[in-house]
Amino acid sequence: MGRRDALVRFIRQAPAYAILIVVAAGMLIPFLWMITTSLQPTGATFSYPPQLLPTSFHLHNYAELFTLVPFGRYFLNSAIVTGATVIGQVFFCSTAAYGFARLSFAGRKVIFVLFLATMMIPFQVTMIPTFLLVFKMGWVNTYQGLIIPGVSSAFGIFLLRQAFLTIPREYQDAARIDGAREWTVFSRIFLPLVKPALATVAVFSFMGTWNDLLWPLLIARDEKMRTLELGLAYFNVSASAYQEPNWPLMMAASVVVLLPVVGVYLFSQRYFIAGISLSGVKG
Amino acid sequence: MTSIGLRQRERVARPAPARRRRRSGERSGYLFILPASAHLLLFALVPIGFSLYLSFHEWSTPSFVHAPFVGLDNYRTLLHDGPFWSAMKNTAYYTVLSVPLGMAVSLAMALVVNQKLRGTRLFRAIFFMPVITSWVAVSVIWITLLSPNAGLVNYFFKVLHLPAQHWLDNPHWAMLAIVVITIWKGAGFSMVIWLAGLQGVPQELLEAAAIDGAGRWRSFWHVTLPLLAPTTFFLVVTGVIGGFQVFTPMYVITQGGPFGATDVAVYHIYQRAFQEFSMGYASAQAWVLFAVIFLATLVQLWFVRRRGESLLV
Repeated sequence: MGRRDALVRFIRQAPAYAILIVVAAGMLIPFLWMITTSLQPTGATFSYPPQLLPTSFHLHNYAELFTLVPFGRYFLNSAIVTGATVIGQVFFCSTAAYGFARLSFAGRKVIFVLFLATMMIPFQVTMIPTFLLVFKMGWVNTYQGLIIPGVSSAFGIFLLRQAFLTIPREYQDAARIDGAREWTVFSRIFLPLVKPALATVAVFSFMGTWNDLLWPLLIARDEKMRTLELGLAYFNVSASAYQEPNWPLMMAASVVVLLPVVGVYLFSQRYFIAGISLSGVKG
Repeated sequence: MTSIGLRQRERVARPAPARRRRRSGERSGYLFILPASAHLLLFALVPIGFSLYLSFHEWSTPSFVHAPFVGLDNYRTLLHDGPFWSAMKNTAYYTVLSVPLGMAVSLAMALVVNQKLRGTRLFRAIFFMPVITSWVAVSVIWITLLSPNAGLVNYFFKVLHLPAQHWLDNPHWAMLAIVVITIWKGAGFSMVIWLAGLQGVPQELLEAAAIDGAGRWRSFWHVTLPLLAPTTFFLVVTGVIGGFQVFTPMYVITQGGPFGATDVAVYHIYQRAFQEFSMGYASAQAWVLFAVIFLATLVQLWFVRRRGESLLV
């Protein structure tokens, strides 16, 4: 009986699994190709038929990344710019969100609506004047030029404000009766209560900054200031000028760019689950 | 209601300290929003105003010099700027193809993943891989996949006895290739949003439809899909806004080519502003692009509202 049930279930579910496997293969093959190509010796890339599984493990492409191209420097730049932007976003967005959600002052609604309204204006409209302002301040080719325009976002403020609004008023009142200053109430009581939302803002700004091309393209004119994304993009644009693009090197570079993002994604996914169970949804 | 009552009682009971306290509350309120507000002013409000100013001036250097006021000249020139409108047309073509196709693919994925199968969490994670990968890395990977001689795509085509193509060198295929890459990259993201929408479809309704003799296809078409209307609307609106702002794949993969076939609006504006330094003219183009996006969003809102009203009647 049990075996027949299992068989019936398998037959019923087989088409769904077939679709899932085909789509998953379509999603994964380009990544497999990337890893395999990154491990090939330079001359062997144009082998036919194309290799999907690695036949050799030439790590020298990865070594060349850091000798032929200043990839170490790009990596450092990306780490500095992304790290500082994430810290900035957490600070700027959480303070403003707390103000809008938990404190009352004249003009609160109007200012908040102003923040939301700017979300409608696309980046292309502000990119030219912001570049000119950054240029005027002498911030082209500097870390502050890469970082400071991105340290705050209406999206992050909106998201954290929603989180702060869900916390019962008694927390605030109890702390105030104890004579705590507003900053203490905010940093000791409220911030720990919105950890999952803070993590969301941090992860979103990490992904957005690490993966960004357009702003570094405008600001990092000097090779020493290039981020990984920009380095990889230039790598390709200049590589196509040569007769034979160095695919193994390009794919090795893609792997290096991708690894931290995958790491953060896996880590933050776990953090989200922990955050949900901590807040008591699971019991 | 209660908070107003409370505040009034407070005012009656101890007027002076309460007012002082409220004023200090106000001050800390302003202090808390000060950093983000200063940032908003400097990097959003001032640039928006400055951008309008630029669009009425002939500002043709990347630095600050005297820029003559030209009134509406930039906008007038723009009306007859063939390359700009062809870039707008390419952008519309890209959006009209990639948004509905991407939504259909991701909805199909969501419907399969939403079934109670083992291992769907693993599949979800796999489908999310292209989403977290940057556009630059995705572009570089696909350049090699689409390579005419040694790429994997043409290899599969040969195996299936289909004609191999010069995907990225052919004006006809280049944009379609980028559309396919866009769908590949974005399907996992839209799938997650469809899944959230599917959570809101009551199981009882589907069961009732099944009892009434509706097949899977009919109950999907007449029960599930209408209930997903808010999700559909969200994905169309955000998809159109995102589609009109596409830049990176065109910059990395094709540089707007071949023969301008993938020259899209933002790439065009980027070229005008940062290769030719026509800052004023490019700003006017950016405002026209924004107006088009804004109008497209309004039309969609109007369409949905009209349909909603006709459903009520």
